Amino acid sequence: MSTTESRRREWMGALALADGARLQEAWDALPAAPEYRVIRGPETGLVMVRARAGNTGRRFNLGEMTVTRCTVGLGDGIMGHAWIAGIKPEHARLAALFDALMQIPHHSEEIGVTLIEPLLRDRGEHLARRAEEVRPSKVDFFTLVRGED
Amino acid sequence: MYVAVKGGEKAIAEAHALLARERRGDPAVPELSLDQIREQLSLSVDRVMSEGSLYDEDCAALAVKQARGDLVEAAFLLRAYRTTLPRFGYSLPADTSRMHVRRRISATFKDVPGGQLLGPTFDYTHRLLDWSLAGQSESDLPRDAEQEFPDPAPMPRVLDVLGREGIIEAEDRGDDPEPADLTRQPLDLPAARDVRLQNLARADEGFLLAMGYSSQRGFGTTHPFVGEIRMGEVEIEFAPEELGFPVTIGEITLTECETVNQFVGSGDARFTRGYGLTFGQGERKAMSMALVDRALRAPELGEEKKGPAQDAEFVLYHSDNVEASGFVQHLKLPHYVDFQSELVLVRGLRRAMREEESGHDS
Repeated sequence: MSTTESRRREWMGALALADGARLQEAWDALPAAPEYRVIRGPETGLVMVRARAGNTGRRFNLGEMTVTRCTVGLGDGIMGHAWIAGIKPEHARLAALFDALMQIPHHSEEIGVTLIEPLLRDRGEHLARRAEEVRPSKVDFFTLVRGED
Repeated sequence: MYVAVKGGEKAIAEAHALLARERRGDPAVPELSLDQIREQLSLSVDRVMSEGSLYDEDCAALAVKQARGDLVEAAFLLRAYRTTLPRFGYSLPADTSRMHVRRRISATFKDVPGGQLLGPTFDYTHRLLDWSLAGQSESDLPRDAEQEFPDPAPMPRVLDVLGREGIIEAEDRGDDPEPADLTRQPLDLPAARDVRLQNLARADEGFLLAMGYSSQRGFGTTHPFVGEIRMGEVEIEFAPEELGFPVTIGEITLTECETVNQFVGSGDARFTRGYGLTFGQGERKAMSMALVDRALRAPELGEEKKGPAQDAEFVLYHSDNVEASGFVQHLKLPHYVDFQSELVLVRGLRRAMREEESGHDS
């Protein structure tokens, strides 16, 4: 996997897992809203979630989830895509816009610092907090040997 | 021949208006919001997503509200809604070994690597009504003081530990065939394991529970140990055509149950597996599914069929509560003409018998 591809996967994942309101705030905070046109969507559809028997065996179809997708184009031919779980047209449109902007070096540096990195950090903290909440329920079962002699 | 029944539009509209009023209940009581349902009746939401076979917490909360809390009706609403949406494609297989685990227990090993995490469970509660929940006072739940915890320990899969020793059968993926999809192709027998697992994943929990229970009680041969149950969030990846690589599109809650079952062979004796996986927090369903999955493997493991849970036709054709409810409930719709024809027939038979009898008497 190329570095560009893995970086894009990282920011697209961060944008998808983010709270939509965060993206709106970041968009409103841009010094100048860039010109863009919506090429596709936002439209909601279904993705069939797959799994594997025993997690490693044969694949099977578990059930569907709603997903909203959107594609936007910036003036210079750069396209941004978004695929977001749920019925989230605004979230998908903004995520597609940030995906496009992140492909332009002078934007990506700033948006990386002001949006993507904070999102990744918050995600890490969210996961750690959730893990901490359940950690006290960790249990040590022990067995008692009851012998006659 | 089907004879249509017409009329009743006004009465139907009035009935629906009554339904809306009943749904709202006493207007002096505040109306439920979807947020309240999603957050505070989350296991209802999870069950509706599982049996509706559609993961969307907001839609499921709306369905629960619209159905007045009737969860089978709510699942039906989700099934109907999904037919209005286009299918974008298939996700990469959800990897439960990368789950952000909130509950994880094993009944086979007490010292599992990563430990046993009880998480939010009804287990070990006394099942006494908690009157403190009857008021509106419980805003401050007791919580531990700020504690620092080390990074979460990795949680290797319990069955992998047995797998390394070779004493449990391996999950064979063969040449990893494209799985069948029951939303696209009707159920056909014999059904391969991918079809069975999809069917069970969307099956009615009560049905699966009863089937699993029957297999434990002797109508089948399952005698399982719960190798592992884990519940938590899994990130779902999808590879859009225009990108050519997979991206995370969101995370969903899943509950997984793996059972360790009766062994086969002697010198090369090996335990066998049952697998259950369901949307949301649904341990009872995941466990029942694992029991039934294992029971349905009877033919491939050369076991004698002794109960309904081992009968694929019986289980798979009766597991879906939307189909079952539709066929049972259609009986209450007008069958006036059908019944008239039966009535004429039965009256005719009785008349013929009477005439015959009076003929003998005379």
